[in-house]
Amino acid sequence: MPGPREGIHASDVVEGNAGPRGGVKALPGGAAGRDTIDQSSQDAGTTAKLSLRGVRKSFGDNIVLSGIDLDVAAGEMVCLIGASGSGKSTLLRCINQLEPIDDGVVLLDGQDISEPGLDLGPVRQRIGIVFQSYNLFPHMSALQNVLLAPRRVLRRDSTAEAEALFARFGLAAHMHKYPDQLSGGQQQRVAVIRALAMRPEMMLFDEITAALDPELVGEVLNVLRQLRAEGMTMILATHEMGFARELADRVCFMDGGVIVEQGPPERIFSAPELARTKEFLRSVLR
Amino acid sequence: MNRRQAYEAAERRRALTVAAVSTALVVAAIILLVPLAPGWPAVRASFFDGAVFAQTFPTLLRAFLIDVMIFAWSVPLILGLGLAIALARGARAPALFPLRIFGAVYVDVFRGVPVVLTIYLIGFGVPGLGLPRPWNSPYIWGTVALVLTYSAYIAEVLRSGIESIHASQRNAAICLGLSERDTMRYVILPQAIRRVVPANMNMLVALQKDVALLSFIGPVEILRQAGIYKSLLANFTPYVVAAVIFLAITVPATRYADHLLNKDRNARS
Repeated sequence: MPGPREGIHASDVVEGNAGPRGGVKALPGGAAGRDTIDQSSQDAGTTAKLSLRGVRKSFGDNIVLSGIDLDVAAGEMVCLIGASGSGKSTLLRCINQLEPIDDGVVLLDGQDISEPGLDLGPVRQRIGIVFQSYNLFPHMSALQNVLLAPRRVLRRDSTAEAEALFARFGLAAHMHKYPDQLSGGQQQRVAVIRALAMRPEMMLFDEITAALDPELVGEVLNVLRQLRAEGMTMILATHEMGFARELADRVCFMDGGVIVEQGPPERIFSAPELARTKEFLRSVLR
Repeated sequence: MNRRQAYEAAERRRALTVAAVSTALVVAAIILLVPLAPGWPAVRASFFDGAVFAQTFPTLLRAFLIDVMIFAWSVPLILGLGLAIALARGARAPALFPLRIFGAVYVDVFRGVPVVLTIYLIGFGVPGLGLPRPWNSPYIWGTVALVLTYSAYIAEVLRSGIESIHASQRNAAICLGLSERDTMRYVILPQAIRRVVPANMNMLVALQKDVALLSFIGPVEILRQAGIYKSLLANFTPYVVAAVIFLAITVPATRYADHLLNKDRNARS
């Protein structure tokens, strides 16, 4: 069962509306709703692609996540916004178990993937992640970067599939180049292709445009638009508010290690309910 | 040619002239001053005797082939063992803890003892157990001594290379579902090994020279052969011949390694 959730205060959490595709269980907020949270966590096993219940994470004395509840429906695109240090990246890394969580549960299709001692290889194949700093393998060509994991993990030669992905994201001419020879935007698109080559069921994007020159941001966001159109389940930590507004089904504003307000982008951006959300949006939208 | 280019061309000409003049001065000083030293005729006779040089060169070159052979079969053993020790020292699984301890002790011991001493102890000690031929050969135990010493150094170099690869590379591989083993083999090691090639080349050049230390336990390789000639001819020129032969190999080897490294760097940027 989920751990205690002192981190959520009734006044902090605003109930989000269900996403446009139905299927999304909005989180009941506040102490009054505790029974219903537990109700929904059982429910979530059947309806949500991914469910987080009371997820906590500290690094030493530094509490980074203090009780995260989140449900993401299949095909939904969720954007995490919030100031640097609000826990967005850590949340993503806790979802694919790159960081072990201290408390709470992470359910993928109802399976508890945060269970200590679980073999995480198969889990990580199902959840692709792309990092801010690309992290391509510098000693391999772009194509070799993409082919490594399918070959070693799935024992599959996915050359044709990879070439199709390169073509689709406009990189067919750069397949055999090394990361050093590619621009930041190209490297980041290769990183997306590398994750997609494992045929993940959902994708996590950790501020993937934050390290790019402004003129290169567009080409990477186009890749995300394409994935969105194909119905990929995605969670994005992002500072691109315009992009979140355009494409997200739901926007979650994080502050102090909790999701303090969430809802459809139209509402979050035009009529945020909490002072903290307003203040943050004012500072970034200026 | 614009103003800036003209200025830089003039600067280059001036730098070249200064370098040429100062080099010429130093060389002239050596040529003129050294022969003025009171002992020079004696030194020239015993170290730079042209006739002795010509007489001993062919045999010494043949003896050098033994050094090359010992070097050639030592290198793969050293690299293999060095890699194994480096990986053992990085093993994190509790069951492999003894391996980790062994790796640490191994590196401490063989880096801590002078090469010559290891060669003496193993080269004389092990055959002293009364092993039958060919297992008492100084070639075998000399090679073992070199392999033990140099693999300890190579292991440390490799380990530092492995540790220099940023954790984000490992994370990226793990997140793709790769096992720890495949991550090490396909992502970390190739980068680590590439990064420590210069350090390892220096090790191998040092090894090429240290092979001559095996002369102390028996094999008539170049250094021992030169020693024989020295006694025979009462002349030190054979040692100079040996030095020249060593330089003829080690200098191009180092330059070639640098060239390979630069080529690799240029190919990827």
